[in-house]
Amino acid sequence: MQQFINRTNLMSRITLVTSPAPRIRSRRAVCIMAGLVLTGLVSFAGGGGGGAKGQAAKTTDAASQLKLPSGFSAVAVAEHFGRTRHIAVAPNGVIFVKLSRLKDGKGIWRLVDTNGDGKADDSTGFGSYTGTGIAISGGYLYASSDENVYRYKLDDKFNVVNPNEPEKIISGLLNRHEHESKSIALDGKGNIYVNIGAYSNACQMKDRTKGSPGMKPCPILDSAGGIWMFKDDKADQTYGDGTRYATGLRNVVGLDWNTATNSLFVMQHGRDQLHDLFPEIWDTKQSAELPAECMYELHKGSNCGWPYIFYDQVQHKKILAPEFGGDGKKTAGEDAQDPVAAYPGHLAPNGLLFYTGNQFPEKYKNGAFIAFHGSWNRAPEPQKGYFVVFQPFQDGKPSGQWEVFADNFSGGPEKAASGRVDYRPCGLAQGPDGSLYVTDDTKGAIWKISYRK
Amino acid sequence: MRPLEGPHIFNQFLYMQKNLFIALTGGLFVLATVLMSQTKKPAAKPGGSGGLQASITRGKQVYLEQCLACHQVDGLGVQGMNPPLAKTKFVLGDKKALAKIVLTGMQGVEIDGEEYHGVMAPHPDLTDQQIADVLTYVRNSFGNKATAVTIGEVKAVRAANPQPAQ
Repeated sequence: MQQFINRTNLMSRITLVTSPAPRIRSRRAVCIMAGLVLTGLVSFAGGGGGGAKGQAAKTTDAASQLKLPSGFSAVAVAEHFGRTRHIAVAPNGVIFVKLSRLKDGKGIWRLVDTNGDGKADDSTGFGSYTGTGIAISGGYLYASSDENVYRYKLDDKFNVVNPNEPEKIISGLLNRHEHESKSIALDGKGNIYVNIGAYSNACQMKDRTKGSPGMKPCPILDSAGGIWMFKDDKADQTYGDGTRYATGLRNVVGLDWNTATNSLFVMQHGRDQLHDLFPEIWDTKQSAELPAECMYELHKGSNCGWPYIFYDQVQHKKILAPEFGGDGKKTAGEDAQDPVAAYPGHLAPNGLLFYTGNQFPEKYKNGAFIAFHGSWNRAPEPQKGYFVVFQPFQDGKPSGQWEVFADNFSGGPEKAASGRVDYRPCGLAQGPDGSLYVTDDTKGAIWKISYRK
Repeated sequence: MRPLEGPHIFNQFLYMQKNLFIALTGGLFVLATVLMSQTKKPAAKPGGSGGLQASITRGKQVYLEQCLACHQVDGLGVQGMNPPLAKTKFVLGDKKALAKIVLTGMQGVEIDGEEYHGVMAPHPDLTDQQIADVLTYVRNSFGNKATAVTIGEVKAVRAANPQPAQ
């Protein structure tokens, strides 16, 4: 019912915005006006003709906007900080955040809450490159641009020792401006894992072009469409120095090393445009829900099947991609592993974090938080997402239904449906006291979510 | 209150006459302009048959099927990916360049300091009429107001940009 209402709103908006009627009406109004004057009658209040552009609705402050389960509350660590992507919090509470657009010429910011009210009151910027990935491990801060990974030595107070001279540990990774962000995770055992997203939707000869066939074998997989593993302490590594740790992953933005299972978990952004490219197989409603956004547990040599298959969470099957002869029913990908969990399509999981803290209630321990950036490829159906989900885990596997943990980043159902939202969750981190940090990369809000009985 | 005197009333009458005259000539002028612009319209043949309004109506249908998924219901696109169609020079400016984008595709554009990286596929499969209609629709929607794109204009751009074999 809610969806129906949202859709109606959208449709009425399209007629409102697109109708050329105001122009005609105002022209006609001029004629009528002249006529009225001629006959000596007075009074006609002209409407002033069009131009009524919707004012940006006033937003409430970032902290009070979030809807959280009982006992949880949020503080806005920062607001209007720009394009804040991933975030890392040091054991002493110092925050590092990576920006996808420079703020005052700097792409990494160190934020400190000096008086303990949760809000950052001291900030220092460094690094003149944009990007997404950031992590702290073994006395170093790691940060990525869309081509390279750098590391910075940290002192015992988590100051950056030499902010202008990072060590470039990985360089020359493919950036073709599609799925270009290089998210990173470290295992604490000497390895860093880097997502190299496929510069393609479904490995067609011509990307996203109707009728263009899929390429088999997909040449992209040699240098992208997977997770690469490098040494975390070796300078100047590139493809030849690394290992393709896992393949068949279209694009991963959220990933985390699970210390309970000692394995890497990733969230794949599933393919787009099933209806646009194959309207004879999928209608817009099906295309809005399919395919699933998938969580995978990876091991060396993992293959998740992209671009040849996608995971259909309704049929619970790996389905042959239509670019490779699929009809929406044929299954394939016997050599590809199954996801450990599947979520509705297009919600764009940008952050993944395994919760190891003691502050939150017991059920959260070792479970996963997922920041869903929110959809765009559900139109004309209402857009969805813009929330942080909790996925319960038991014995290292997802167990039970996921639930929305933090909601209303959008600012309300109407904004969510249109995609013109207030905030879009992106990065996640855990603070030393067990609080959960969430970033937004639209306006640059950063929340600290805490629990008190 | 002082009763109105002769000359005063006469002046008022004159004043009204003057107003009437201005209104009359003004009205005629506006009427003439409207009529002229309307008689001019069919000569431009927006989108072929049926005039501007019909072209916009057909163009909306093409938009819903071909463009909406990326550029969205409100034409404002998607941050960082798909550029907005509202009040940008790409939409309101050179019609040839605009038609070329539809025919040959596009990736990577900066609008008002925002970068958009989304891949737009070429759409040579659309007819000249469909392209003229959808561009006319886009140029007259989302707060835009601009002249129609004609079939002839699209045809010329298509001829100048032959499609490479798939």
